[in-house]
Amino acid sequence: MPSRSDTPHYRLSHLRALEAEAIHIVREVAATFEHPVLLFSGGKDSAVMLHVARKAFWPCALPFAVMHIDTGHNFEEVLAFRDAEVERHRLRLVVASVPDAITAGTVHDPGGPGASRNRIQTPVLLDAIERNGFDAVFGGARRDEEKARAKERVFSFRDEFGQWDPKNQRPELWNLYNGRHHKGEHIRVFPLSNWTELDVWQYIGSEEVRLPPLYFAHQREVVQRDGMWIGLTRHITVGSDETVQTRTVRFRTVGDATGTGAVDSEATTVEEVIAEVAATRVTERGATRADDRISEAGMEDRKREGYF
Amino acid sequence: MTELLRLATAGSVDDGKSTLIGRLLYDSKAIFEDQLAAVEATSARMGAEYTNLALLTDGLRAEREQGITIDVAYRYFATPRRKFIIADTPGHIQYTRNMVTGASTADLALILVDARKGIVEQSRRHAFLASLLQIPHLVLCVNKMDLVDWSQARFDEIVDEFRNFAAKLDVGDLTFVPVSALHGDNIVTRSERSPWYDGASLLHHLEQVHILSDRNLIDARFPVQYVLRPYSAEHPDYRGYAGTVAGGGFKPGDEVLVLPSGFTSTVRSIDTADGPVDEAFAPMSVSITLNDDIDVSRGDMICRPHNQPRMTQDVEAMVCWMSDVTSLAPRSKLTIQHTTRTARALVRDLQYRLDVNTLHRDEETSSLGLNEIGRVTLRTTLPLFCDEYRRNRATGSFILIDESNNSTVAAGMIL
Repeated sequence: MPSRSDTPHYRLSHLRALEAEAIHIVREVAATFEHPVLLFSGGKDSAVMLHVARKAFWPCALPFAVMHIDTGHNFEEVLAFRDAEVERHRLRLVVASVPDAITAGTVHDPGGPGASRNRIQTPVLLDAIERNGFDAVFGGARRDEEKARAKERVFSFRDEFGQWDPKNQRPELWNLYNGRHHKGEHIRVFPLSNWTELDVWQYIGSEEVRLPPLYFAHQREVVQRDGMWIGLTRHITVGSDETVQTRTVRFRTVGDATGTGAVDSEATTVEEVIAEVAATRVTERGATRADDRISEAGMEDRKREGYF
Repeated sequence: MTELLRLATAGSVDDGKSTLIGRLLYDSKAIFEDQLAAVEATSARMGAEYTNLALLTDGLRAEREQGITIDVAYRYFATPRRKFIIADTPGHIQYTRNMVTGASTADLALILVDARKGIVEQSRRHAFLASLLQIPHLVLCVNKMDLVDWSQARFDEIVDEFRNFAAKLDVGDLTFVPVSALHGDNIVTRSERSPWYDGASLLHHLEQVHILSDRNLIDARFPVQYVLRPYSAEHPDYRGYAGTVAGGGFKPGDEVLVLPSGFTSTVRSIDTADGPVDEAFAPMSVSITLNDDIDVSRGDMICRPHNQPRMTQDVEAMVCWMSDVTSLAPRSKLTIQHTTRTARALVRDLQYRLDVNTLHRDEETSSLGLNEIGRVTLRTTLPLFCDEYRRNRATGSFILIDESNNSTVAAGMIL
């Protein structure tokens, strides 16, 4: 292979290489799809994805809307963060509401104390994609999160029912992404596929990406459930056998307030979180997500149905 | 500064590939306790005597049920010096397309052989695919050295045999490491059991192997991906050509030529959201502005007037066919995606099918089926701006798409 120069000048750090790859993917979508949308939950991965997407189009505004699947079981801090980001960057926000779908009778609320609305998000998401005519849907999922995700393509085809067929995925070569689809089908796009939790935090540190305060250590009233600390919100009903404690915790992932656990932590800055993540011996989903503990194939099954 | 290195592995459970990957991940602390606990529980339930580390990568239900790797799995680990992306692919011939997929972006290929068995058909096939996909670095791990009593003679014999075979291929950098993945010898640190081996441990080699000059830093190539026109008060006249540098470098002031129009201009600025940069090189994603108002759109190629890619509608290429539904034959019509350009392609000729095990050329062949590799001539509806794949992987590669069902059916490497 020919080379011109070998000075450190031509080096690209791993974060810059990952960012360049993600920007390439985001631009490819904007250039080849008619109605892309970016899923924005207010969590750290979607915050990073939004940051990268905005950088991809500088000095233009983001050429697509962001969408939040609102379970009605959100952390207040995350909703406030979502709205602040939408305001700050003048984004177009589409909200698909699980409570509205429950009222309309299109999905059934599992009910009960701490009941998870994880599974009923899927029909709400698919309905919103269909109603808005979105043909490409950006998600912040990473392959290091979970073993079914480790097998998923960057451009992941969904049929007219929103289903993922893991055995029938398109080969994905070089940086040539095949986004072709028929009307009614769509493509999920994961620009952060090759990032790890540590990469995300290092990037948040180097780019000063804003996050909801939940990601940093704070005092919170919690109860222990399934070996996780569940923070008290208005969505949590404390059982008679449960003890409320105040602990110093932070959240490694932020999802539904009923199903996302906190971890004991003293990390109040990005640097301290990076040190903690680098030393941790448990995956973020294993530590904090009740929804992923359903079964060994929990994620694969939900993804087949059309989950994020 | 931590660099990124992408490596591809191919192989089956028998040659210890999963054990090797498991060890790299475990020793670099990339396997987490809950993942290990889940794998241990599943191994016990399946009646295995030892923890089957393959379960870490075999993420799909069908894979776990059948105990096989079907698809490419991506795994990640890091050392202070480098972050590694492993594309872990199944080794059997029926998964050649998965190997080609995993190899397409790799900087380095890791091939394992069992020291007792030596070079087998599968090792030759993997080496051939690594050379076809132009993976710049090849590492042959001679595994299970403990089972041949760490015999230097046996190691040398395997090295010689592989070198003789590799001489027929286009392999840039070839390295041999004697290892025992099970016991961890020569994986992270050099083992005392092989005093005759004066090379680096596998991990040390992965950390040190020189990858900077693997990119093409000579031939300036910038396929335009997207045009940035903000029409804002702050940037009323901004017109930037966004894309990923596919070769060489671009600096403000450089004289450039745009294909297919042939118009020339000079680079005014190279912009990123972090501000302008002095030079852009592969694989940076940037936005280029020019000093002249010329018509440039997605699919165009910005290059230098005295160093242009071939502009052609007739493409000679090696292709790997990836569809189990259809086959490639003369007169097949497909969609071709090359850089940021899309056209239709007609297969004008299929010169030969290459036997991936023997490298024999079958010139009597009339079609290519799943996992078969052959040489074709294509005619495209639009000119493509291409380089030889061996000179530039980004401007020398393409995919073919079946227009009836939109599936990706072939990977192509331009000759």
